[in-house]
Amino acid sequence: MTKKQKKMLVRILITAVMLIALNFIPITGVWQLLAYVAAYLVIGYDILRKAGKGILNGRAFDENFLMALATLGAFFLAIWTKSGDYVEGIAVMLFYQIGELFQSYAVGKSRKNISALMDIRPDYANIEADGQLTQVDPDEVAVGSIIVVQPGEKVPLDGVVVEGAASLNTSALTGESLPRDVKEGDEIISGCIDMSGVLKIRTTKAFGESTVSKILDLVENASSRKSRSEAFISRFAKVYTPAVCAAALALAVLVPLGRMLAGLDAGWTDWVYRALSFLVVSCPCALVISIPLSFFAGIGGASREGVLIKGSNYLEALSEAKIVVFDKTGTLTQGVFEVTAVHHNPMDEAQLLEYAALAECASSHPISKSLQKAYGKEIDRSRVTDIEELSGHGITATVDGHAVAAGNSKLMKKLGIEYHDCHSTGTIIHMAVDGQYAGHIVISDIVKPHSKEALEQLKRAGVRKTVMLTGDAKRVADSVAAGLGVDEVRSELLPGDKVAEVEKLLAAKGKNEMLAFVGDGINDAPVLTRADIGIAMGAMGSDAAIEAADIVLMDDDPLQIAKAIQISRKCIGIVRQNIVFSLVVKFGCLALVAFGAANMWAAIFADVGVMVLAVLNAIRALNYKN
Amino acid sequence: MKKTYQIEVDCANCANLMEEAAKKTEGVANATVNFMTQKMIVEFAEGADEKKTMKTVLKACKKVEPDCEIEL
Repeated sequence: MTKKQKKMLVRILITAVMLIALNFIPITGVWQLLAYVAAYLVIGYDILRKAGKGILNGRAFDENFLMALATLGAFFLAIWTKSGDYVEGIAVMLFYQIGELFQSYAVGKSRKNISALMDIRPDYANIEADGQLTQVDPDEVAVGSIIVVQPGEKVPLDGVVVEGAASLNTSALTGESLPRDVKEGDEIISGCIDMSGVLKIRTTKAFGESTVSKILDLVENASSRKSRSEAFISRFAKVYTPAVCAAALALAVLVPLGRMLAGLDAGWTDWVYRALSFLVVSCPCALVISIPLSFFAGIGGASREGVLIKGSNYLEALSEAKIVVFDKTGTLTQGVFEVTAVHHNPMDEAQLLEYAALAECASSHPISKSLQKAYGKEIDRSRVTDIEELSGHGITATVDGHAVAAGNSKLMKKLGIEYHDCHSTGTIIHMAVDGQYAGHIVISDIVKPHSKEALEQLKRAGVRKTVMLTGDAKRVADSVAAGLGVDEVRSELLPGDKVAEVEKLLAAKGKNEMLAFVGDGINDAPVLTRADIGIAMGAMGSDAAIEAADIVLMDDDPLQIAKAIQISRKCIGIVRQNIVFSLVVKFGCLALVAFGAANMWAAIFADVGVMVLAVLNAIRALNYKN
Repeated sequence: MKKTYQIEVDCANCANLMEEAAKKTEGVANATVNFMTQKMIVEFAEGADEKKTMKTVLKACKKVEPDCEIEL
């Protein structure tokens, strides 16, 4: 509890004790009134002061004004009718303050919980000088310095490991609980926790530019982009309070006047009392506090799962996502080419791969890389001579004295070698050794292990259509799409065509449907910006993706997309519950009070009770369970 | 020029009021108040004196919410 909250608690206790004591002390008349006024001032002086200042500053209609008016009114009514029932006004103020205290405590508490979730900010960096470690502010470490990270410490800055090996806990960044191993030469991202082994890291970024700062900045600024629900509440509160005051005035003045005209007893005190009770229920705090709190908790809960959402508006949009468009390479597939098959080979498979890898040893093309990886052994370049690269065709070389040709069908035609076409999808490398066809190697991009499951889960989460966009050949794209169960495929697209395709989809979608585009954030920036919701995945360390996307998945697991949608649905659900629940209870109470069916006690219980329940409900958005 | 200030405010509605008050202050191009992180992000207009502007912002905020605090 803060100092302010403690002070308020003391005031509440003093007032409660005073009220109970006054109940037993037999004083009457002026002395009784003075004692009650003292109790009232103890609990309500700040409200009166704020209400007064509000009027002076030309802002008459706020909740302080409402409370001051209602409680003072109750007091004067008690004096007027000589009932001596001063307790009501004080009790209303007391409950109002208890409600405020609870709210400020609950909000403070959940704020702390959420900040703790995102507690990735490193406090210091260790710099080694003269064999001694000194702790410095990460802000002061220059790019290119060597820092030391010990087991249990957070990696303070992005960099490259120059010495040592360790397991890293990346769960604060990615939500992934499996540790990640790093060794010498690996890139390392700030915010991870070193779980074993001492690491020496050469920093590659200043603190302000490092992953941790980027993420914190993003999360802290998230609530500055307001959702429609939040905008609705601010607009609502602006109209609502004056409207309620007007209604209360009508109850207090117009109704009795009307009764007088109709020849009935005006019943002034009764109607003024009803009007005052009306004011007590009217405070819109339940809404005003619980809606932003729900969004904040939702965004906080999502970031714990490795899903960074840049604003509550995106959270809201995500919950309405009906069309999800994927980029293929790097999103649904790993973007890493691998040898998947070797066909029609008269010689040993390993032998063929060896020839291919050796022939391609000088090339840095991803396909050559994958051949070398499939071969798996150290390449002895001295075995290869006469390497000739025929652009758009392939490579010819002499390996161990044999003439080897590796390339596409065009190369085979050019060399006049008969070849077998392949029925598998992927990139085909035909091989010829000493002028004889020696079979072909199929290289393809591997589908991510969770892609199929992710698409199924999206469907279950209510996504109507999934579309895959790719620059790849139609045959490859169709086969991947069929394997994964994607609804539509657009293949052989140039980067610019992707924007055009997304625009077509945007034009065709329904009014309340949102279109999300998921990409790996490398070449997708224009599309990410154009879609209703741009989702970048595998964003650890990629500044461009964090910049361009609305939602950032730290991990590159496509299952995270469905998870993000579920989190957003839950959060929006809570927001709606709170809006409906608060409004129904409020208007119900207003009606009861207006018809004289509920007194001021009921009114204050309704007001504080709704707020407490709404706040507790909002905190639920923090937790996500599979 | 954008700067972030630590603030102290108790209720979400008051935070909204502070945001509006800050936005209307001369020398402020845009302002957002983040109630949950208790931060005010102020974007200053070109050529505005930060310190002076923030003093006016604080005054304007005190007017709408006497209990608020901005750490300058």
